[in-house]
Amino acid sequence: MNENDNNEHKALQKTVTKLVSLCVAMFVFAVWVMPPMYDLFCEVTGINGKTASQYQAMSADVDTSRTVKVKFVAINNSEMPWAFKPKDYTIEVHPGQAMTTHFIAHNPTSKIMVGQAVPSMVPSNAANYFHKTECFCFNRQTLAPGERAELGLRFIVDQDLPKRVGTIVLSYSLFDVTEQSPDEVESKAQEIANKSAQASANTVQNSREIKTLEFM
Amino acid sequence: MAHGPAKGFTRWLFTTNHKDIGSMYLWFSFTMFFLGGIFALVIRAELFEPGLQIVKPEFFNQMTTMHGLIMVFGAVMPAFVGLANWMIPMMIGAPDMALPRMNNWSFWILPFAFALLTSTFFMAGGAPNFGWTFYAPLSTTYAPDTVTFFIFGVHIIGISSIMGAINIIATILNMRAPGMTLMKMPLFVWTWLITAYLLIAVMPVLAGVVTMMLMDIHFGTSFFDAAGGGDPVLFQHIFWFFGHPEVYIMILPAFGIVSAIIPTFARKPLFGYSSMVYATASIAFLSFIVWAHHMFTVGMPLVAEAAFMYATMLIAIPTGVKVFNWVTTMWKGSMTFETPMLFSIAFVILFTIGGFSGLMLAIAPADFQYHDTYFVVAHFHYVLVPGAIFSITAAVYYWLPKWCGNMYDEALGKTHFWLAFAGLNITFFPMHFSGLAGMPRRIPDYNPLWADWNMISSVGAFLFGAAQLLFLVIVIKTIMGGRKATARVWEGSHGLEWTVPSPAPYHTFTTPPEIK
Repeated sequence: MNENDNNEHKALQKTVTKLVSLCVAMFVFAVWVMPPMYDLFCEVTGINGKTASQYQAMSADVDTSRTVKVKFVAINNSEMPWAFKPKDYTIEVHPGQAMTTHFIAHNPTSKIMVGQAVPSMVPSNAANYFHKTECFCFNRQTLAPGERAELGLRFIVDQDLPKRVGTIVLSYSLFDVTEQSPDEVESKAQEIANKSAQASANTVQNSREIKTLEFM
Repeated sequence: MAHGPAKGFTRWLFTTNHKDIGSMYLWFSFTMFFLGGIFALVIRAELFEPGLQIVKPEFFNQMTTMHGLIMVFGAVMPAFVGLANWMIPMMIGAPDMALPRMNNWSFWILPFAFALLTSTFFMAGGAPNFGWTFYAPLSTTYAPDTVTFFIFGVHIIGISSIMGAINIIATILNMRAPGMTLMKMPLFVWTWLITAYLLIAVMPVLAGVVTMMLMDIHFGTSFFDAAGGGDPVLFQHIFWFFGHPEVYIMILPAFGIVSAIIPTFARKPLFGYSSMVYATASIAFLSFIVWAHHMFTVGMPLVAEAAFMYATMLIAIPTGVKVFNWVTTMWKGSMTFETPMLFSIAFVILFTIGGFSGLMLAIAPADFQYHDTYFVVAHFHYVLVPGAIFSITAAVYYWLPKWCGNMYDEALGKTHFWLAFAGLNITFFPMHFSGLAGMPRRIPDYNPLWADWNMISSVGAFLFGAAQLLFLVIVIKTIMGGRKATARVWEGSHGLEWTVPSPAPYHTFTTPPEIK
């Protein structure tokens, strides 16, 4: 191989190395950079209506000069069989005032089921001014067969909410995540088993009831 | 150099010759073109009149999905790679591609990818049925189990394209004959260089998005699953970040082909060579910042809608430069209308129509009306069929005498052109009207309101299909025999590929030519 061929070979190797690296970089970009970037972008701008996670409540002044209407919407995703609805469809709040409301969920099936609520807000520019100090949507919710639950939501509307926003609509889509949550199902099953064991224990040895409960 | 082609079938298995590999790519693409065409005719037969006649809705969905996938990844892309293999080394005076062994691999994994993809027809659950854009969660949570075959098929297709692109760039950058500067390269070489960069930039993104689907389906992640904290809209963003450059991957080489053919038959040099190069580069750049115009209706903020709308409209400028240059090349030229020229002129006119409907779709507020209707179907078929397919057809007629040494039958060629031209317009033009009247895409049954347009479209589709059978006959007939072609083939042809004899010898430019 003469000098010239060798140089050509090196130049070729250099080109190929560069192109392969570009390729790998783009794959990394697609899988490890784009999704977090998307989440970050949405979080900063609030544009996909996702509300932020748990808010640490600060003592804030209540702005009684202004009233904001908050409407709640509950939606079941595809074939989620639970009954799911807000207890109050509309609440009027003053910005800065902490407010508690509930959603009612009922599992009509004969199986233990796990649900996850995913929030969305309209107008999307209100999302950054709607703070949740407690929300059932932060965790998966497990319901026993036939169980009915009141799921709590505590929130504060920020005083800096843009003046144009008079009404906020908060919707929750409830997803069936039973298949993805074997742990939750397991612990619920355990709980039910304990309860029924307890119930039978109660009828036989009524006197020990209090002690048993203390040990629980 | 008496090193000829090997004998027997193993010649094709083990070949590293760019001409052999180019031919294999072209035949593979031709096969896939007919397969995708049959799927299209099943769709058109079902839509001939309202109601469900021929196929079940589930199968109809598999047809629309597989038609798109096969045509994009099986027909158009391999055809361009085949042309690149055949022509680029001859156009730049190189003896072969830079990485011949890898070239063999990048072709031979393709048939396996498509075997994987089409084998799903014979499996429980059937073939992919979620559209060629495979939006999550339709393609994840609600997909048939065969989606995994689809994912691996796409991976292999991606690897093949990436290897092909690396090879093309390496060839163009390292193997040009002495004296051939970048700005002396034929435009087909230029457009392919830019296309290859687009491929390397976005095929890994496609691989990434299907990998994320795989993880969501089998390994419990939630990239696109809202219940687990993911977001289905993220899928659309990543997909179209790949998808928009992808549509230019399917059109930039076509620009190169037409820029070679029009000067030949207008007997004038190409008008505005350097502006063509810059326009191509601008289009490639813009393709990365317009992706969200495919998803105006997902609920983006106004600012984003406006930004993507204006960026999209900006593409009309470099594209307009190109159309202007082609028309100006023809202006006052001594034109003759051989088959490749007819296809090229039709390309210029019909692609421009497709470009105009693209501008209509780019208007964000109007797009809410057009979105997911047959207007979109009309638009992208107007850019892809007279764009990609016509240019590939023109290229085959233009270079076939160089490849096999025989002239095709001009009368048959022109018949093919007029049948295809009529078939195409009868098929796709009425779709503008059914779309504007509100007909949604991907439905097997429809409101009788759209019956007339659909019936016309279906008639045109079968005409177009028949025209392609004639094309197959012409190609085979030309390979079998015919009037011998000269080295130059065309009176007005220019370029290194016309300096070698016809048919082109198995090895060309083993010593580099001098470029003045």
